[in-house]
Amino acid sequence: MSATKQPSANPLTLKERIKVPRQHMPEQAAELRVLNFKEVNLGYSTELARQEALRCLECAKPTCVDFCPVGVKVKEFVQLIVEGNYLGAAAKIREDNVLPAITGRVCPQEDHCEGSCLLHKKVDSLGIGYLERFVADYEQRMSVPPAPNAAQTGKKVAIVGSGPAGLSVAGDLVQKGHEVHVFEALHEIGGVLVYGIPEFRLPKQVIREQIETMRQMGVEFETDVVVGKTVTIDELFGEEGYDAVFIATGAGLPVFLNIPGEHLNGVYSANEFLTRINLMHAYEFPKYDEPMVDLRGKHIAVIGGGNTALDAIRSARRLGGEKTYVIYRRSETEMPARIEEVRHAKQEGIEFRMLTNPVEFLDDGRGWLKAARCVEMELGEADASGRRRPIPKAGSEFDIPLQVAVIATGTSANPLIQSTTPGLETNKRGYIVADAETQKTSKRGVFAGGDIVTGGATVILAMGAGRRAARSIQEYLNSGQW
Amino acid sequence: MFKIRGAEFIAPGIKRFAIEAPRIARKHEAGQFLILRLDEHGERIPLTIESADPAGGVVTIVVQSVGKTTYQLNALKAGDAILDVVGPLGKPSVIEKFGTVVIVGGGVGTALAYPTTAALKRAGNRVLSIVGGRNRDLVILEKEMRAVSDELYVTTDDGSYGEKGLVTDKLRQLLDAGETTRLVLAVGPIPMMKAVADLTRDRGIHTVVSLNPIMIDGTGMCGGCRVLVGGKSQFACVDGPEFDAREVDFNVLMQRNRMYRETEQRSLEEYKKRIESEELKGQDASCLAQGVKP
Repeated sequence: MSATKQPSANPLTLKERIKVPRQHMPEQAAELRVLNFKEVNLGYSTELARQEALRCLECAKPTCVDFCPVGVKVKEFVQLIVEGNYLGAAAKIREDNVLPAITGRVCPQEDHCEGSCLLHKKVDSLGIGYLERFVADYEQRMSVPPAPNAAQTGKKVAIVGSGPAGLSVAGDLVQKGHEVHVFEALHEIGGVLVYGIPEFRLPKQVIREQIETMRQMGVEFETDVVVGKTVTIDELFGEEGYDAVFIATGAGLPVFLNIPGEHLNGVYSANEFLTRINLMHAYEFPKYDEPMVDLRGKHIAVIGGGNTALDAIRSARRLGGEKTYVIYRRSETEMPARIEEVRHAKQEGIEFRMLTNPVEFLDDGRGWLKAARCVEMELGEADASGRRRPIPKAGSEFDIPLQVAVIATGTSANPLIQSTTPGLETNKRGYIVADAETQKTSKRGVFAGGDIVTGGATVILAMGAGRRAARSIQEYLNSGQW
Repeated sequence: MFKIRGAEFIAPGIKRFAIEAPRIARKHEAGQFLILRLDEHGERIPLTIESADPAGGVVTIVVQSVGKTTYQLNALKAGDAILDVVGPLGKPSVIEKFGTVVIVGGGVGTALAYPTTAALKRAGNRVLSIVGGRNRDLVILEKEMRAVSDELYVTTDDGSYGEKGLVTDKLRQLLDAGETTRLVLAVGPIPMMKAVADLTRDRGIHTVVSLNPIMIDGTGMCGGCRVLVGGKSQFACVDGPEFDAREVDFNVLMQRNRMYRETEQRSLEEYKKRIESEELKGQDASCLAQGVKP
């Protein structure tokens, strides 16, 4: 396998590569992991990573790169793994993605890179997410100092919100030599990564390390600042002297079902349920002060079919929930959750009650939930989202006994910034209007991206918006042209 | 970290803190609150801002020891620090010239009503205030309230000070005597606010209450602070904390606020046990005598 003959270091022929099976991600056994909050996936060894990397067909036109919202150069970083140059691979990813250890864990790869992988036509797609995670964790263990930034430009950029979109912009712009200041409303940095995604899927330590890297790069963070309340956007431009502002405040208030009994004790929104557990450590009560309903031996259901729903119900299982259900009004095919999470949830003993929709929560007579009255659904014609519309079956009502129900059916727009920022246009649902290419808003110098523009989406789509915003902020700061 | 500039008990178990928080002090308007977290293991609790001094960069809060966090907070002194303080949150009170307004403050609620009372007075209203408490010690801010009121009435449940009875008795008496008012603002325990709402509903008087539901982030994210107002879910952190009293479902509010009573009780008892088992010396003991031990 001399490098002069072959452009690739991969010694296998294409036929041989297809024969190598997708390398299984080592994971904690289901019966053990339901007793703890430790990470489910344990990560590839170098040997597994190399074996997996050898499967890459090294397409002349790699669709995986086109399908990545931030354009990670998948083929190139996988080739570097084959060569054994793991730090080189990490640096290659970092050219496009400032949070590889996070996206390697939570990105819905099947909708992006892996879904487009040519291997997928014949066998399992390349484990791009697993490989990304491998090199990111490797780089972390080696404590590689971040690449130096460009010379200081003297320009100041304020970033509102420290979730995936905000961090993505911060990472990109600090490297260009701008002064970058990130404002966070909560007491911890990371937004949805810390309040929304549980430890068993994305350990806090991984987030902390990524944030620490950004601090070393020169990004400044300030917690406990609610922009729109503590300070307004106009004040950021005025007395605080910023040249550009990026708004990435994320998802807003939870949407409820508007059915009777929703105010009973024991009925939570997923945001509250997960915030108590993840951000406030309610599962470590009384070491931490935040209270939580005791879930041991209880019957618990989550309503919804996305990643948030699965995060909530898998947390409930770990907190001792005896019967744990996912109640979803469509079928499993339409569930927006990552395939891996669905598989993990089933292994953990969570029951899937598909084509089921609650119509009422029933009172135990003391103000607490005792059951969800549900109807069976069937699928009709496709709706605006392209998914088949669920229709209730007449006379199919039945009760599921429950003490806790968690509603994970989406969020609406947070109103705080819009209501205190004159000249910032919003759409009829209250989300900030931003250009799809440049992320520019209707207000000069203000850019926006992530869930506050699109409504609830994914980490990687928010980061994609961050990348685009960083590019156009850079242009704006250079040219002064709006 | 947010430094405590001053801390003094104004009644048994009720303490006023002046906290260095320049950003909050600059933006505060009457009716708004802040959220604080004492330490790494602490919960986030919402507290109404009593006053703000933008020039000095200080806000004041009035805290009654009811649960573990408030007991722990009331054991802090000037010079100590609080890990997180965020605000000002919630919508400010609507301040207009209504004509005559009646303010009803129950217990520590008086401190929460005070900034709005002062603002209504400044706006040129004729302000009638009724402040009450279980007993003489729990009537707070009488002097401050008197300074911003045209008339001030004091009631105590046990008759140890002012008139014997409830604040709502006094309110009824004023209304029966023909006092016409464009606005009643009631801040205090839920049963008091409910009683005020019941009283003014029939008479068609616009009445505002400041609600204190369970709350976590306070910024319009978690939805924990949802209250049933006019049959619809509203969120106290961004839609409130003030709501039209006649629309509020107080029973649901009371039921939801009881949700964690057992765990809260356990938390508090364990905290008290720990404190009692620790060696307490000097000034700490006097502080605990008033703040920690009820």
